[in-house]
Amino acid sequence: VASHGIKDKVAIVGMGCTPFREHWNKSTDDMLVDAAQETFASAGMEKADVDAYWLGTAMSGNSGIALARPLKLHDKPVTHVENFCATGSEALRGAAYAVAAGGYDVAMAIGVEKVKDGGYQGLSGAGKAPTDGTGRSLTAAAMFSLVAPAYAKKYGVDEAELKDVLARIAWKNHHNGARNSRAQFRREVAQDVICNMPRVAGPLGVYDCAGVADGAAAAIVVRAEDAHRYTDRPIYVKALSLVAGTGSGVIDPEYDFTHFPEVERCAADAYKQAGVTDPRRQLAMAEVHDCFTPTELVLMEDLGFAERGTAWKEELAGSFDLDGDLPVNPDGGLKSFGHPVGASGLRMMFECWLQLRGEAPDDRRVASAADRGLALTHNLGGYPGEMVSFVGVVGSQPG
Amino acid sequence: MRGILSFSSYVPYRRLARSAIAEVLGGAPAKGTRSVASYDEDTTTMGMEAARLALDSSPAGHEPDELWFSTATPAYQDKTNATAIHAALRLDSDRPAIDMGGAVRSGVGALRAALDSTRSVLVVTSDMRTGLPSSADESSGGDGAAAILTGSESDGPVLATYLGGASATEEFTDRWRAPGDVRSKVWEERFGETAYLPLGERAWNDALKASTITAEQVDRIVVTGTHARAVRSLAGRLGTAKEALVDDLSTTVGNTGTAHPGLLLASALEGARPGQVIALVVLADGADVLVFRTGDALSSFTPARPVAAQVEAGASIPYAKFLSWRGLLPVEPPRRPEPERTSSSAAARSEEWKFAFVGSRDRSSGAIHLPPARISMKGDAVDDMEPVPMADVPATVVTFTVDRLVYSPSPPVVFAVLDFDGGGRFASELTDVDAEDLSIGDRVEMTFRRLSTADGIHNYFWKARPIRIPRS
Repeated sequence: VASHGIKDKVAIVGMGCTPFREHWNKSTDDMLVDAAQETFASAGMEKADVDAYWLGTAMSGNSGIALARPLKLHDKPVTHVENFCATGSEALRGAAYAVAAGGYDVAMAIGVEKVKDGGYQGLSGAGKAPTDGTGRSLTAAAMFSLVAPAYAKKYGVDEAELKDVLARIAWKNHHNGARNSRAQFRREVAQDVICNMPRVAGPLGVYDCAGVADGAAAAIVVRAEDAHRYTDRPIYVKALSLVAGTGSGVIDPEYDFTHFPEVERCAADAYKQAGVTDPRRQLAMAEVHDCFTPTELVLMEDLGFAERGTAWKEELAGSFDLDGDLPVNPDGGLKSFGHPVGASGLRMMFECWLQLRGEAPDDRRVASAADRGLALTHNLGGYPGEMVSFVGVVGSQPG
Repeated sequence: MRGILSFSSYVPYRRLARSAIAEVLGGAPAKGTRSVASYDEDTTTMGMEAARLALDSSPAGHEPDELWFSTATPAYQDKTNATAIHAALRLDSDRPAIDMGGAVRSGVGALRAALDSTRSVLVVTSDMRTGLPSSADESSGGDGAAAILTGSESDGPVLATYLGGASATEEFTDRWRAPGDVRSKVWEERFGETAYLPLGERAWNDALKASTITAEQVDRIVVTGTHARAVRSLAGRLGTAKEALVDDLSTTVGNTGTAHPGLLLASALEGARPGQVIALVVLADGADVLVFRTGDALSSFTPARPVAAQVEAGASIPYAKFLSWRGLLPVEPPRRPEPERTSSSAAARSEEWKFAFVGSRDRSSGAIHLPPARISMKGDAVDDMEPVPMADVPATVVTFTVDRLVYSPSPPVVFAVLDFDGGGRFASELTDVDAEDLSIGDRVEMTFRRLSTADGIHNYFWKARPIRIPRS
């Protein structure tokens, strides 16, 4: 398998991220314009300076025209990508690889989702191709709720204890989000409140689920050697890895719902690309796909932040808190931001951008950002047993 | 000699206590229960469940020449319903599947025509009986299905030989329902009784003559029909022994209309010994009488799931739930998008999977794929799969969850990951289940259900349900 990666070939020189909200007064186009303008300004560019665009959206538009029209991009190549909830990361991957290939000097990845116009709570717009009617119709919450009891059983964690662990994860992410002006929910939530919410699927309560919001985020990438023309603090792409699963987990009796093989393989590939050998000690922070609290729990093990069967103890011990050994979701995560599908991957990257450049506000600044200089984003789409996984690693220094 | 080669019944899991109706709407509380089709069942799915059980215990290797389906409550009009059952049973495409339905009498009529035919015919009868809240039809009706395989000795051992029958017909309007109405209406009771009794007596006498037996020789007699009072009166006038009268299941199941003659015939056969005479008398827009004599083969016949066991295995539902399942008490649906209509072309392509739950097995690795796949998940062999029918394979619950968000006609959805005996995993919705009674490790079986309906197209597929009665 040849996944050579593009370590240090490409750098991010500008980023923008709209507040994630129920944007009743902003359209998809408005959010694209807002995120793009902020990003152009961040890089000191104009739209004409960008040679090619990658638009990530899962259900808010089709084709490159969905971006070219609101931005009035004249005669530019604009590619629309979709990869479930990893759509935003996929847009970045497309733009970065195109620049690394030498096809363009400057490219923008922009992700957007207008979720709140659907008229329903939660995500409901994806995948409307005509079918034979035999597919699963479960909510994502129900699919991910299968993970909690399986994990508890495998590692001998009792149900009440696991509930505390999951509440701790939600509490942590709300704690971080409370310190982020772009987050949808900017309020801390007590653990007993989290535990006592009505159940939505299996053992999962309302606060075990990510919020639902509209939003957009964008990044401009250039060849690494050109980066200092635009900023004195670029961040360098160390790894961008993607794995689309075969969907076998849901039909293979060997799968036990306590880990995500797609994430494990994707992480291994990303670490290889980036030359990371001890993620727990080398990474300053990680933004991971906390769509539901059990997801984050399992991801700690799949990403190599904790030994198998120990992430629950580490969560309780505060290892992944803002002031912990390896802060996870310092911006508040999907939990606080909601999950505008096409934007989330780039929103994660935006936090890495802030933290590695020392621009995060004091009350949620990651202490080891300067020393360790590496940050990870993890973005997944689909369900346990049938998912796409993205892992990206970026750093403040080349080499 | 022609007669019955196999038979089975299907009684849905749920029961409504008749007293529950009076508790809500007043009036004198009636005794007993009625059977209730689940929200995801219709006459086609219930007919399919009865049919698969009948084929389970039919002579080895025998496939019926024809499939006939009768109901007064069809899931589709204009479109044939029997074809879905045909697909679910995986019958060869050269076997006709025909609806002979519309009225209650069509059930016994199809059975009689099948016995008079020269082919082996699987006669499937099914019905859901509904009336307006507090009506007699609501209370005394029932839901269920029966399947009777008819044929001759050349098809296999005859369990009960058809000795002969007779019919009497007249035009009179005692009970009627305009297409689309949820309820039937009835004329004054005495009129119907007066009309039915002479017809019943005439058909009875003609049938005894045709089968050259006397009333005293009848060991078991089923009397049923659409007019309860006429049925009771007639039963007392036929000259048969009092103990010969077969329980009409009115206190447990209720009158299942089109399905009831088949259901009671199955019940009578299950309680019979070889060499007995069984008579079936049906009053529905006329009178039909069929007379059988059981053969030695009956003693070695084991019904896949006896009627009595199915009656016993029921569990109650509240009256309000019954009404909402019937569409008579609309409840707020989950605030999620309703299902899209099923694509006819996509459904036709996946007929084996969708209707018969046939997966594929990779010949090299043995890995079972549900749904069927072309490329194996183990070893990646390409186009080296064989079909593997999974509908009759039991499974074990690996893990499960309750989805309180997703759209369902009757939320919440209980959903489980299932591992099938001998291999294969499928994540399936469960039905006929209360989540609080479910545990990891529970044993389940697949059942043919209607998942949803959109644009008038019913989406038939399979769900799992706890195994409550072992299948012989």
